[in-house]
Amino acid sequence: MKDTADSYVTEDGRTIGPVVMEMKNITLRFGGVEAIKDISFDIREGEIRAIIGPNGAGKSSMLNVISGFYVPQEGEVWYKGARRPAMKPFEVAQQGIARTFQNIALFEGMSVLDNVMTGRLTHMTTGLFAQSLWKGKAEQEEIENREVAEKIIDFLEIQAIRKTPVARLPYGLKKRVELARALAAEPSILLLDEPMAGMNVEEKEDMSRFILDVNDEFGTTIALIEHDMGVVMDLSDRVVVMDYGKKIGDGTPHDVRNNQDVIDAYLGVAHD
Amino acid sequence: MNEQLAYTIEVFANGLMAGVLYALVALGFVLIYKASGIFNYAQGVMALFAAMTLVGIQNGQVPFAHLINAIFGTDVHKFGWHVHSFLAIALTVLVMIALAWMVQRFVFRHLVGQEPIILFMATIGLAYFLEGVADLMWGSELKALNVCASEGACLPQGMNVWLEGTTYEALGYGFFIDNLDIVASIVAVILVAGLVIFAQYTKQGRAMRAVADDHQAALSVGVSLNFIWVLVWSLAGFVALVAGIMWGAKSGVQFSLSLIALKALPVLMLGGFTSIPGAIVGGLIIGVGEKLFEFLIGAPFLGGATENWFAYMLALLFLVFRPQGLFGEKIIERV
Repeated sequence: MKDTADSYVTEDGRTIGPVVMEMKNITLRFGGVEAIKDISFDIREGEIRAIIGPNGAGKSSMLNVISGFYVPQEGEVWYKGARRPAMKPFEVAQQGIARTFQNIALFEGMSVLDNVMTGRLTHMTTGLFAQSLWKGKAEQEEIENREVAEKIIDFLEIQAIRKTPVARLPYGLKKRVELARALAAEPSILLLDEPMAGMNVEEKEDMSRFILDVNDEFGTTIALIEHDMGVVMDLSDRVVVMDYGKKIGDGTPHDVRNNQDVIDAYLGVAHD
Repeated sequence: MNEQLAYTIEVFANGLMAGVLYALVALGFVLIYKASGIFNYAQGVMALFAAMTLVGIQNGQVPFAHLINAIFGTDVHKFGWHVHSFLAIALTVLVMIALAWMVQRFVFRHLVGQEPIILFMATIGLAYFLEGVADLMWGSELKALNVCASEGACLPQGMNVWLEGTTYEALGYGFFIDNLDIVASIVAVILVAGLVIFAQYTKQGRAMRAVADDHQAALSVGVSLNFIWVLVWSLAGFVALVAGIMWGAKSGVQFSLSLIALKALPVLMLGGFTSIPGAIVGGLIIGVGEKLFEFLIGAPFLGGATENWFAYMLALLFLVFRPQGLFGEKIIERV
């Protein structure tokens, strides 16, 4: 039913909408190495979609294809019902796809608030001239966008460090600020590249809670990458499993957990 | 008032004024270096080019006159009109923006991700190219630069009589300070304040700081690197124009103007390559330092002419003891 119906309601009462993004037969090569081999999957509106797999499976490459940092040699990306032409990453961002990075890419010299405000850049439309004059439309725009930024800062519980330069923050908080910046864009799809990487158990729990809350509160569609199976299974509605650049499983956490290929990929296969 | 002390103060003040001009040139370097990691050797030539363009437009010179005459056998040199200074400045700003766009489109867009040394070599090439174009466009003779708001209300030249008279009456010693230096200082303060406000409080300024901080992250929030780079080169072009006007009004528009870029190097080493306040403070320290050194030590004990090398020696000392400069980002390598 799930694959055909336009929308459905999950067990915990959230409505999952129609397909918002579809990857069709994506192949990505670096020279002679095939990082992604002929992979297709889709992302539905309002769901939490996970891409998992062991190290080197091509998960991050896939995320980079979605966010425009890599251009696949073959295959098509469909977004909101139209085929997306090859795009620069900043154009993808302007289309409403926000992301975080595995190794955190924040503006270290800027304050937390300034970082979150950069997330609003795609929503600010006044030109160079109006901005230079500052009064009037530009000021109005700044106030409106500042309100959104403050709301998100409140939501992620980082009010206390609003004015702190990011460089001084500990790792876990930086991850949260990066999430805030991506969220500030009010994205159609939020891409999270290993949001729990390098965190201790407590931080992981915090982050999981925030991801669920974001999805619940704002209805944000989230696609995330993790290699920690346990976390993903609890969070996501549907899971794509990759191994050596190929898709070896796709479905609900329950389906995937019982998939023999997936079990083999994670636990290894006896060669006899 | 003690004459010797008063004279020292005067030297100090003159040093500050000279420092402002160094700072103006250094500022152009910092803008581009911060946003793109390119050390723009052509900054000095940009100042020359801007000043020549301004003079050329003001005097109604036909650009590329020599070239046109040589090819078509004509004999045109001037349009025969005189353009108002403000309009000429506005037009020159447009030319500098066009230059910024072309530099980005035809040079640096193709060099994204290259080693810093390659980018640096490209700017050396750009410097010579621009010098050649400036020569071809406006001719190589020394020109006087006069910026006038209206007839008789030009950039002031010579000593400030009022200041001299007032200080003479109050202190018994008249201070000699150049009018032009005073104007240059005021303009520089306005320019720097404007740049800082632009960077801190506007959308484009925020995007500019984002790009200066992290390219990848800037892309992910929807900032076009190309746009920001054109913007930054345009701003550097504008700063070059201001520097060109001040230096040009002081000593005429001539090709040695491009050498002021070399004086900006020690300023950058002192202030740090990535800091706008650093460029200002560095410029002032060098300006004051070389004037005072010449006055107190150089002339009496070392036979004079120390201004030629003092700045570089100071920069060398800084390189040894504080390589990141006064305000630069500290270089820490994790092992």
